[in-house]
Amino acid sequence: MNCRLMKGNEAAVYGALMGGCTHFFGYPITPASEIAQAAAYYFTASGRTFLQAESEISVINMLYGAASAGARVMTASSGPGIALMGEGLSYLAGARLPAVVIDMQRAGPGLGNIWPEQSDYNMVVKGGGHGNYANITLTPASAQEMFDFTKKAFQIADTYRMTVCILSDAYIGQMMEPVEISGPVLHGQRKEWAVYGDKASRKNLISSIYMSAPLLRKHNEDLQQTYLQVAQDITDYEEISVADAEFVFVAYGIVARICHSVVQALRQQGIKAGLLRPKTVFPFPTAALGAIADRNIPLGVVELSNGQMANDVDLAVKGRVPVFRYLTMGGETPTVRELLTAVKCDLAESKKGGPHG
Amino acid sequence: MAELIQRFGKAQSFYDGYTRKGIEIETTHYCPGCGHGTIQKLIGEAIDDLGIQDRTIFLSPVGCAVFAYYYYDTGNIQCSHGRAPAVGTGVKRTVKDAVVISYQGDGDLAGIGMTEIIHAANRGEPITVFFINNAIYGMTGGQMAPTTPLGQITQTTPFGRDVARDGRPIGMVELMNALVPPVYIERCSVATSQGIIKTRKAIRKALQAQIDGIGFSFVEILSPCPTNWGMSPVKARSWMEKEMTHHFPLGLVRDTISSSTGKATSIPYPYLDDAQLVELLTGSAAVPLLKDDIPQVTHKVKIAGFGGQGVLSAGELLATCGMTEALHVSWLPSYGPEMRGGSANVSVILSDQEIGSPLVDHPEVLLAFNGPSLDLFEPKMVSGATIVVNSSIIQRQVERTDVNVYYIPATDIAKNEGLLSAANVVMVTAYLLISNALPLETLVRCIPLVLRKKSFLDTNIAIVNKTEAYVKAHPMEKQ
Repeated sequence: MNCRLMKGNEAAVYGALMGGCTHFFGYPITPASEIAQAAAYYFTASGRTFLQAESEISVINMLYGAASAGARVMTASSGPGIALMGEGLSYLAGARLPAVVIDMQRAGPGLGNIWPEQSDYNMVVKGGGHGNYANITLTPASAQEMFDFTKKAFQIADTYRMTVCILSDAYIGQMMEPVEISGPVLHGQRKEWAVYGDKASRKNLISSIYMSAPLLRKHNEDLQQTYLQVAQDITDYEEISVADAEFVFVAYGIVARICHSVVQALRQQGIKAGLLRPKTVFPFPTAALGAIADRNIPLGVVELSNGQMANDVDLAVKGRVPVFRYLTMGGETPTVRELLTAVKCDLAESKKGGPHG
Repeated sequence: MAELIQRFGKAQSFYDGYTRKGIEIETTHYCPGCGHGTIQKLIGEAIDDLGIQDRTIFLSPVGCAVFAYYYYDTGNIQCSHGRAPAVGTGVKRTVKDAVVISYQGDGDLAGIGMTEIIHAANRGEPITVFFINNAIYGMTGGQMAPTTPLGQITQTTPFGRDVARDGRPIGMVELMNALVPPVYIERCSVATSQGIIKTRKAIRKALQAQIDGIGFSFVEILSPCPTNWGMSPVKARSWMEKEMTHHFPLGLVRDTISSSTGKATSIPYPYLDDAQLVELLTGSAAVPLLKDDIPQVTHKVKIAGFGGQGVLSAGELLATCGMTEALHVSWLPSYGPEMRGGSANVSVILSDQEIGSPLVDHPEVLLAFNGPSLDLFEPKMVSGATIVVNSSIIQRQVERTDVNVYYIPATDIAKNEGLLSAANVVMVTAYLLISNALPLETLVRCIPLVLRKKSFLDTNIAIVNKTEAYVKAHPMEKQ
């Protein structure tokens, strides 16, 4: 077993190279800079392409160009940089180009600070750019998953011709954990739609413009069809102690790790808590949440935002069960003790037939 | 129409019918008297004559030339507004034999895309940029462009371009000429037959430079827009001669093609195959998990001190020790600006169980390297916790009575061995000895895995031994 202690940020670069990525374009930003730094070393040393661009706007357009030419491409940034990429993400979706974009979320709005938040959820999961498009969004919760998810992201991107976002956070990126560098090395295949500058691909056109409204309508409908297929194929989540639970947390990323500890602590006190951890938030684990709601089990969304994912949980359970919200903003994370106290209080209220019951 | 095509010929690299256009597939979408048709035909003929139709990837901008892909039977990529040089960078660094043509208007290149063109030029990307300057936004209906002459009336300068409000028209050729890497820079005009002949030559020269792999070339072409200038095609051409060439002087500005040996070549790093790639990533630093009988422990550790005391490395060393003992481990640092300001701390968890939260809000163990760290974390420790105090630096005693404390002059022990920076090794060694968390052999085995400067290995091992001797001589007093 090849196991190395490394940061989540570094693990992403290892995963990318093992996943067949050949081109990394980047621009520095805390807390994602280690990804560009590790890429600068490993992409260059392995004869792949690393380039530091002049801005995130250029980065996403370099991805657009290299993806047009058939390469497996990626970048990594944090909220302010991802916001600048919004137009380019929309173009990638419109032109149906595969790409991988990592967002190590920091706190906002504006310059905010460099501590973790999960407030890019709407921007990344709901689009961020213009138009009826979506990004496949994976949510790792460990350094190992930063490796695993980044590695598989390129295959998913190629299969559906979509951007795959890795929506992570500052802590998952900065934390070191053992990471198993598991093989085999994957590779992209020649794409029949790409532009290679050769005779076989000469007739190909990469474009997102459809001047005919009926054609653009069809293009949009095709995109939505792809998203439905994606939901069928790759929705992924982990359930921890859900089977016998009387209360279930919903959380992703670093917060899911904290909730895991809270679940253990609650169970030590005789409260049967569980955790549903989405590994994909687009597609969202709607059916799994619905199944829990069918059992009439209250949910608690723990999130480092103003409730952006909690809104999706509400949509999934459609008011059938109480959905408590434990929201923290500004770069702070809730402690296990704080959550323990808050959940016990809410459960007691709920049993008394309180506001949610 | 067929007669005209037969009479004047059609570039092979143009489609026979413009079916992508949808309707009226025999005509272009350009207005009567527009310069785009002339220029694109010159480019099409150059593609034919240079034999590069299969290799060409044409980048359409946003602007009137957005539909260039209607016409060129080459690889086509439609780009977002102003970003074609960045897109071209991505393309060229993927397919190095492609001939990448970035065809951009004045709003696209000199307005919204100024950053991209400057940096692509400054990297010397071996692509060819044709900059079509008609001093106005055509596609959006005639608004002011960065190149609009002073006094010119447009939809957004109804009283004329005002120098105090709008600044002066930008000379892109002159800006390009301020950069070192471009190998060919010329400004032409299609106002006259003579100008068209010169433009034809410039287009071919710029493309040939790319074919020869020599570098970045830039051709600015002044072009008429009768529709948005509100002039007849004939008057538009005389206005160009009179007004535009005054602001934008024609001529060759730089041609270093013949003296260039090609783009400065990067240090070659060969493309590694799968086995070589795995070797690069896992290499000699691969850490095998050593054993199956995993110690039944959970340690939630906080290590804190000044930046430069090796606090983060101490955590890495401890976590690596845990990993080689097949424990679950996590290492979470403070990071960012505060790291450059002086204080640093790291949370390390070692556990036989899967680790939930990697945050250590209430430490079970504290390795306090300096006073402020002790002040900060002492109140947060759980009851029964262990605190290792670097007594070389920290003058005060621990105040809490419900914790175990061990005082060790870590900085002095390290200094006596001539390696002040290894106080962190003393602290970790002392902790492992007093807690019996992991065997000392594990620590000794892991130091080389974490140590950045391999020449200090022997000194580090000596410091471990000195620390062991100190701890034996000064056993911890249990509370």
